[in-house]
Amino acid sequence: MSIQRKFSIFRYNPNTPDVKPFMQEYVIEEPQSMTIFTALNKIREEQDPSLMFDFVCRAAICGSCAMVINGKPRLACKTLTTDFSGTITLMPLPVFKLVGDLSVDTGAWFRHLSLKTKAWVHTDKEFDPNAAEERMDNETALLIYEAERCIECGCCIAGCVTANIREDFLGAAGINRVARFMVDPRDERSGNEYFEVIGSDEGAFGCMGLMACDDNCPMQLPLQLQLSFVRRKMLAFGLSK
Amino acid sequence: MSNYTTVITDVLVVGAGLSGERAAIEAASQGLDVIILSLVPPRRSHSTAAQGGCQASLGNCAMGKGDSTDVHFSDTVKGSDWGCDQEVARIFVETVPKAIRQMAMWGVPWNRVVAGKKVLPDGREIEDTKDKEGLITARDFGGTAKWRTCYTSDGAGHTMQYAVDSIVIKMGITVHDRTEAISIIHDGETCLGVVARCLKTGELRIYLAKSTIIATGGYGRLYGASTNAIINEGAGMSIALDTGLVPLGNMEAVQFHPTGMVPVWILITEGARGDGGYLLDKNMHRFMPDYEPKKKELASRDVVSRRMIQHIRKGLGVDSPYGPHLWLDIRHLGAKHININLREIANICKNFNGIDPVDSLIPVRPTQHYSMGGVRTNKDGYAYGLKGLFSVGESSCWDLHGFNRLGGNSLAETIVSGWVVGKKVAEYTLGAELNYQYSLVQDFAKKQQERIAGLISGKQGKENVFAIRKEMEQTLMDYVGIFRNGPDLQTAVDRLRELHQRAGRIGLKTNGKWASPELTAALRLPGMVRLALCISYGALTRTESRGSHAREDYPKRDDANWLKRTLAYWKEGSDLPQLQYEPVKITELPPGDRGYGESSASSAEGKK
Ligand SMILES: Cc1cc2nc3c(=O)[nH]c(=O)nc-3n(C[C@H](O)[C@H](O)[C@H](O)COP(=O)(O)OP(=O)(O)OC[C@H]3O[C@@H](n4cnc5c(N)ncnc54)[C@H](O)[C@@H]3O)c2cc1C
Ligand code: SF4
Ligand code: SF4
Ligand code: FES
Repeated sequence: MSIQRKFSIFRYNPNTPDVKPFMQEYVIEEPQSMTIFTALNKIREEQDPSLMFDFVCRAAICGSCAMVINGKPRLACKTLTTDFSGTITLMPLPVFKLVGDLSVDTGAWFRHLSLKTKAWVHTDKEFDPNAAEERMDNETALLIYEAERCIECGCCIAGCVTANIREDFLGAAGINRVARFMVDPRDERSGNEYFEVIGSDEGAFGCMGLMACDDNCPMQLPLQLQLSFVRRKMLAFGLSK
Repeated sequence: MSNYTTVITDVLVVGAGLSGERAAIEAASQGLDVIILSLVPPRRSHSTAAQGGCQASLGNCAMGKGDSTDVHFSDTVKGSDWGCDQEVARIFVETVPKAIRQMAMWGVPWNRVVAGKKVLPDGREIEDTKDKEGLITARDFGGTAKWRTCYTSDGAGHTMQYAVDSIVIKMGITVHDRTEAISIIHDGETCLGVVARCLKTGELRIYLAKSTIIATGGYGRLYGASTNAIINEGAGMSIALDTGLVPLGNMEAVQFHPTGMVPVWILITEGARGDGGYLLDKNMHRFMPDYEPKKKELASRDVVSRRMIQHIRKGLGVDSPYGPHLWLDIRHLGAKHININLREIANICKNFNGIDPVDSLIPVRPTQHYSMGGVRTNKDGYAYGLKGLFSVGESSCWDLHGFNRLGGNSLAETIVSGWVVGKKVAEYTLGAELNYQYSLVQDFAKKQQERIAGLISGKQGKENVFAIRKEMEQTLMDYVGIFRNGPDLQTAVDRLRELHQRAGRIGLKTNGKWASPELTAALRLPGMVRLALCISYGALTRTESRGSHAREDYPKRDDANWLKRTLAYWKEGSDLPQLQYEPVKITELPPGDRGYGESSASSAEGKK
């Protein structure tokens, strides 16, 4: 049994600012089950090849396809149309620069985040190709991986009040990124160095703790825990200064 | 009109996956100016989707004891069904342990050895010893004599790409993402760079460089059902082929992964079988031991895929609206193991199929997965045919994999070839000069501009790009699959020739302005059909079975006539590739029995 499904989709191309943003409606056949990925491709191939959106892995692992679906930021590739009744409204993620229609430039934003938080392992050690690796406790490896699982999709940023009003706020993804390096024994940064990176309103202290981010993360990262972990560390460090 | 934005650099890397970024780091660390182009932000490259892991003969875990570069070498050569370049395989196995440790240094949280006794799902008891505790551990993968696949839970590709990209960011290497190389600029002898199209604005740009590296990944999406990311359309291979000078090697060697999940074809990693999962038929019978008593579910991928199809053809598959499939069973691994070590699999099953593998079976069928063929290079990564052009990673035919790649050997190849070839590129570039005539360079850009104008005006015709594309996908699915035969392959070649003609008559429905996605698709499609023809025609011509290339009408490996590599060239205006052959270099391990699979039994006789 297939039904007709109506989509209401945001249209705007920043290259042609004279044409103001508008919502466009499309109706397609919906088979038993279909993801928004399948639906959007169907619309592009059968009705409107000018429609812009981004998918890469279509398996919820690359973070390309976040958009606001009926009011909530989600990964479009793993969202089933059958989760909704009636018209499905698709908007691009806020905060990020719009490329066109549903496509936003999360890549540039996250590269900036990495630069700001200096998100690489800081070490003075030289790599010795002939030496065995340094040992690490497996529990520690798992702990690092837990934070490293962020796919930079931007859902937590798009749904965050602070990020929507403060352009420089790094959001939960930024704080989580710092937490990832804090638990990594290979990173030799001191508390002071982390404080410079994140101990300001742009970082851990800009957050108003409303926790929209935690709810929106498709990877189910424990953002709430990470936020309080980093804050505790920063507070302890700030007080001891 | 003729003033194109022109960017000049020392080294231009086309592709920001693991192999491209690793090569870029190597070149940049020698003080060279490097620019990376990519369709998507680097961390969205297909490499991040690899879950299973990366082979390196560290020999730290209990089941890896006694492993060595020699054992890894012999597994790789056997896996390739003696199609690989053994000099390359040797370089590879010797470098990969170092490359893995370097990844550890750069931040990859590899899972580590935990000392203690463990019972495997099949009842065997093993013990990880105290002296190895905390070193990098490994899991079992198909076609390997030892447990050799290093992993980070089920996010190996993700953590490796993030680590490598963190070094790219730290070094300040320039990345132009959402930029697509659409043509290679050359003067007939030397590669000078590329013409690229900006996928944000549609602008055409010229990139000039002393050396250019193709690192654009595989072509999985030529097939209608593929585990690959949707951007894996073989773009880098096709622009190399279009030079008419650079050949693609062994394009008929296409890997099908045994466990693509029906019906979305998302990969269920080999780690699932490595960790003890097995395959069941419609009678809940575990059939693999009947065919492969020794390796069971963990024979090489080509073999397991063929056995599955063989079993389905006997009528033992499970019927579904998407055709017959088999079951993958991991329930016995338990909730804890599944939700920690195989968490991504559990998520994929839940999100895309509404099932929980802790208590449900997973529907699977062999699905297109990997491109062994690609831009043919020598062992230093130099592409044949043009100076200053190199290739690494899945887009290349460096020829580590021959006719079948082992699981876990591809991530390993990306970081090894990035490193080894990156060094060679740096050497070459330091001694090279950029000499070009700007009018020649501009002609390359103009040619692309004219193509675009033609597509927009519809002056060649009104063919629909998406319709032709669907037919191409279906042709490969129906006639160039796991089992192949002469008549089917001939049908494929005939249809694809016709599609190639039609692809020359595409006209856009939209105005094609700016970053029009319809124009993007239309620019890529003719090259994709040419790749499909290289695959089909190469397969038709190769009258033997080797690795993933299984001819029903020529079921045996034929070393006397076919111990050679196909080189496909494309002359402008032609509608078929020209095929040439070169011998496969055998330096250490002469052709023999793989120890698993069908054809090896017969070829083993010849060996004695
Ligand atoms: C689902 C899945 C799971 C896998 N799991 C494993 C595993 O567990 N172990 C293993 O060893 N291997 C695995 N593989 C294989 C392995 O992941 C890939 O072979 C490998 O990551 C390819 O890396 P790459 O750098 O060559 O290319 P990719 O990572 O595919 O990167 C290609 C890059 O090229 C860019 N690009 C493409 N065309 C152009 C163009 N025209 N202009 C500019 N840029 C362009 C893209 O944007 C991208 O950045 C898996 C593959 C799949 C499909
Ligand atoms: S808890 Fe903080 S980071 Fe998360 S959404 Fe709220 S303000 Fe943003
Ligand atoms: S923390 Fe979660 S929601 Fe935020 S970018 Fe990462 S994966 Fe997306
Ligand atoms: S397309 Fe990769 S996460 Fe959706």
